[in-house]
Amino acid sequence: MSGYLIRRFFLMLVTLFGISVVIFVMLRLVPGNITDIIFDSAGFVNPKQKQRIERELGLDQPIVTQYARWIGGLARGDLGYAYVSEKPALQEIAPRIPVSAKLAGLALVFSTLFGVTLGVVSAVRQDSTLDYVLRVVSLSGLSLPSFWLGLLILMACVQWFGWIPIYRSTPESFWKELGLLALPAAAVGFRSSALVMRLTRSSMLEVLRQDYVRTARAKGAPERSVNYRHALGNALLPVVTIVGIEAAFLIGGLIVTETVFNIPGVARFLVEAIRWRDYPIVQNLVMFIALIVVLVNFIVDLLYVALDPRIKFGN
Amino acid sequence: MQATIDFVRRYPLGAIGAAIMGLFVLTAIFAGTIAPFDPTATDAPASLARPGSVHLLGADFMGRDVFSRIVHGARISLAVGLCATALGCLIGVAIGLASGYLGGGFDLLVQRLIDILQSLPLLVMALVMAASLGPSLANTIVAIAIPLVPNVARIIRSNTLALREMPFVEAARAVGMSEVRIALRHVLPNTLAPLIVLATAQVGSAILVESALSFLGLGIPEPHPSWGRMLSESAAEYVRTAPWLVIYPGIAISLVVFGTNLLGDAVRDALDPRQRR
Repeated sequence: MSGYLIRRFFLMLVTLFGISVVIFVMLRLVPGNITDIIFDSAGFVNPKQKQRIERELGLDQPIVTQYARWIGGLARGDLGYAYVSEKPALQEIAPRIPVSAKLAGLALVFSTLFGVTLGVVSAVRQDSTLDYVLRVVSLSGLSLPSFWLGLLILMACVQWFGWIPIYRSTPESFWKELGLLALPAAAVGFRSSALVMRLTRSSMLEVLRQDYVRTARAKGAPERSVNYRHALGNALLPVVTIVGIEAAFLIGGLIVTETVFNIPGVARFLVEAIRWRDYPIVQNLVMFIALIVVLVNFIVDLLYVALDPRIKFGN
Repeated sequence: MQATIDFVRRYPLGAIGAAIMGLFVLTAIFAGTIAPFDPTATDAPASLARPGSVHLLGADFMGRDVFSRIVHGARISLAVGLCATALGCLIGVAIGLASGYLGGGFDLLVQRLIDILQSLPLLVMALVMAASLGPSLANTIVAIAIPLVPNVARIIRSNTLALREMPFVEAARAVGMSEVRIALRHVLPNTLAPLIVLATAQVGSAILVESALSFLGLGIPEPHPSWGRMLSESAAEYVRTAPWLVIYPGIAISLVVFGTNLLGDAVRDALDPRQRR
């Protein structure tokens, strides 16, 4: 077990190193850096001034030097300076994390609650009308673009209440904030709740067909007890994986939803930074996202071992 | 004919999906005939015209006909959905087959590469790729195709690993077939079923990612009528003033992706009986 952990940890570092190189090189492939954008909007180009700014930002250095500087800084906890605001990148990124984290957490609660419940109901009543309806609804959840769902929610707000929820960075109370985040969270979580529901359903159906469930039925256990006491526990094992992975992949939904609802989180910030070619922000944010994904995968694996005694990583 | 009737009877939802996809493909092919207006022609007096007899689904800020733009947008969605999936599958199959069949150092390298590509959510990866390649139709296709590669490569690799040990591969080797021929003629065809299942599902997600990229302004550039792009142009503002600009392109995206999902489920059930629920 500890051998496996050490190997896993080592591979995690390799992956993070790999993604840092990929991102760094990809960002430098972009035709034009921030100086081009600045001078484009100014309308004229003074080559001397452009060179000076490039030197100030270190963009005239060879790419390997630039990379070494970035990684060296990361190791010391120094993320460099944002080009646009000229503030330390950490100061720009850190305050935006809690908003996104709350939104993601809420979306995850939403998707797990609905996904698991409806998935179990759908499986227990397989092939009933309810099952069919739920399956079509979950399939539609996978089909709606989450930014469009967000726009529809905004439209409903205008139609029924005459206002659009506007998120301020300092809401008066926890409950007010929760209320403001609930709608965007639903827009983000709808898709993952559909995924969770589909997986719960198929996993539950598979367990319900197993011998031990038939045995439980044969010895006269009531339907309720067979479904929820015998089957549910085992059926939820693969669901743990998908919920974990979704937790990391919700970030994709956050990007568009924060843009639609104008929420000042990290995900929207990433899009803005990409538009401005603000390398320090983009590369650090993308590394941060990769770190979350890799860590979550690691935790899910550990959780799986802890929950399922059949799995052992001896060798 | 009989096969079609059987398919419809066994997978009614899949048949609906196939019908939606058929309609979508026909719309894309005959876009020029169906659309009453040029999708890029601006017309100032018609700016923000409500849906009516002239502009069926209304007109946008520049007076461009929404219906015509949606019809022409089908071409873009179809091109991106098919090309990105095909490109992603092609690369994924080549990598997965080589890595599963060759094993050893190459396999280890490929596995690490897959780990790296999978450490970012699909949309984030596509976003960075799209930004680094610059906005154009071809670049958007590449930006969406590359993040699809690891999924395909992983599935093909694990299938190849299992197939490599099968008696029929051993038999082929025993009669003196070359390794390349075995890999291409005997192993590859046996990985097709899972590949088709995966590819059908990927078409939908490629279309979704394209719409999100274009919505964020990093996908298909103006004046191409991309569905995602139609939603991006100050959509939050039009929610109040011109809801038709928000509703109809979104319906188009959702309907097409819904169609691919319905079809994908049916294809999976038909090709992979073990998965049948």
